[in-house]
Amino acid sequence: MEIVVCVKQVPDTTEVKIDPVTNTLIRQGVPSIVNPFDKNAVEAALVLKEKHGGKVTVLSMGPPQAKDALKECLAMGADAAILVSDRAFGGADTLATSYTLAAAIRKLGAVDLILCGKQAIDGDTAQVGPEIAEHLGIAQVTYVAKIDIDGAAARLEREHEDGYEVIEAGLPVLVTVVKSANEPRYPTVKGTMRANRAEIPVWTVADLDTDPARLGLKGSPTQVRKIFTPKQRTQGVLIAKDTAREAVAELIAKLSAAKIV
Amino acid sequence: MQFELTEEQKMMQKMVREFAAKEVAPGSAARDEEEKFDRSLYDALGELGVTGICFPEQYGGAGADTLSYILAIEELSRVDSGLGIALSASVSLGGWPIYAYGSEEQKKKYLAPLAEGRTLGAFGLTEPNAGTDAAAQQTVAVLQGDHYVLNGSKIFITNGGEAETYVILAMTDKAKGARGISAFILEKGMPGFTFGKKEHKLGIRSSQTMELVFQDVAVPAANLLGKEGDGFKIAMTTLDGGRIGVAAQALGIAQAALDHAAKYAKERVQFGKPIAANQAVAFTLADMATQIDAARLLTYRAAYCKDKGLPYSKEAAMAKLYASDAAMAIAVDAVQVYGGYGYSREYPVERLMRDAKITQIYEGTNQVQRMVISAAILR
Repeated sequence: MEIVVCVKQVPDTTEVKIDPVTNTLIRQGVPSIVNPFDKNAVEAALVLKEKHGGKVTVLSMGPPQAKDALKECLAMGADAAILVSDRAFGGADTLATSYTLAAAIRKLGAVDLILCGKQAIDGDTAQVGPEIAEHLGIAQVTYVAKIDIDGAAARLEREHEDGYEVIEAGLPVLVTVVKSANEPRYPTVKGTMRANRAEIPVWTVADLDTDPARLGLKGSPTQVRKIFTPKQRTQGVLIAKDTAREAVAELIAKLSAAKIV
Repeated sequence: MQFELTEEQKMMQKMVREFAAKEVAPGSAARDEEEKFDRSLYDALGELGVTGICFPEQYGGAGADTLSYILAIEELSRVDSGLGIALSASVSLGGWPIYAYGSEEQKKKYLAPLAEGRTLGAFGLTEPNAGTDAAAQQTVAVLQGDHYVLNGSKIFITNGGEAETYVILAMTDKAKGARGISAFILEKGMPGFTFGKKEHKLGIRSSQTMELVFQDVAVPAANLLGKEGDGFKIAMTTLDGGRIGVAAQALGIAQAALDHAAKYAKERVQFGKPIAANQAVAFTLADMATQIDAARLLTYRAAYCKDKGLPYSKEAAMAKLYASDAAMAIAVDAVQVYGGYGYSREYPVERLMRDAKITQIYEGTNQVQRMVISAAILR
């Protein structure tokens, strides 16, 4: 089974600071990590490989330092890593990024399964995974918590707020993975040493069959007008009682305690 | 001169740091409170390969260097110095003498499972009446045919009761004094080998410390480590390595104390400003950071010397002496920065202060470290 996992190196912070002038992320002084959801995708790939055999290749597009993120995935147990990196790819939005990654996956040859995290914690768009599938013309299933492979088909459990949707898809398929899918393993000492010694090939624009007009900033129709922190929504309270009368009594008590009524 | 960790060492450090923060830190206050050594955490270290970092691959290790292993002890000790010393006692005191002096058979039988973290190791030298004065050993081993018969007891043994493999020092020829001491590998469960009382300690309460009792324990002659009379040399060289581990443990405690104190000083507001805005507090933090850096350089240097095959006895003693004194002073200061809250068990710094004290005492008191250092320079 040939599995490709797309990973992104992101700044390690839940409170990302935004440059108010350029509307971009301030990356200076913030350590980089593997996007947490991508680690769930790597873990899912490793479990499938352990069960069905095959090879797990991690793929990332980013600056040269994104190699560190790939090394971490190798240390977890991935077999190979490829970095797609070139100044020509810089400034890419999700469309140009997915276009480039799709070209890299095509170059890899026959692939059975492409896994992505459900979204990256920096941009939070959740677009790159689905767009890769579109570029490749294959099926996609998003927000997946469980993956079973049976021959040439994948049986997937897609997470919803109130349950799971069970979907069967033929291979190859692109799947985006949610956090509840698994607990990503820690890299081992030996894995870390192997990863550190691994040569990670860097594919540039010259290595990929692409239309230059669709790459990087030039190939990015997205324009960010403004980035702001939305007002935090507080959690609602559910008053569950046996009868409406009891529930109303509780509600009135809470409202008067809060001096609303 | 090189002051930067290698890429591999940095990756190893990051990996253990992440494991420590997510898996070890959450329960460390509770394990201290309950005086509980959590074997499952040690097992997890084994699965990750942390227990075998510095041993060769042929004996179940990863074939990495001592410095990487020392980084692991430091990182673990930042959140749970009891687990840090459990690792050091198993690897440096239990595994290393078998690696350095053991026969091929002994290494296969005892070192490999230790390196893989499938077994836990311990080391027994100290007795009620033989602390620094190792030659006052009262534990005796008498050769009878194809085995030795051991009688006596050992106290304050880290990992005691939990460990499966013990390196035990015993007198085989009293007339020869220190040169009459021999080292043996004992297994938990050998008839006559039992455990006495569990120590209730001031700190490092998440590690287990026990008394070992030997009553006519028949130890196969094949379990003699090195030759008869090698025991003192084995013990002293083992402790040289162990001291780098204790220094790393102290370093982890000190770093944690500074991290907590700096964070608290920035958050705690009195008279309308964070207390860190007062030089009295800020300078305390500056002194802490400076001492930690000095301790770190000494500790890493000792590990470096060991890796390079250079003499490291004096260097390890200096690292242990300085890092443990620094850890104690820094932990006391961290409690002071916290004020009343620092004295409360609700906050982590009092535990660091209790944990720090032992690093000035075990594997040779700091007075003994000065003996080692002065003997080396006056030679």
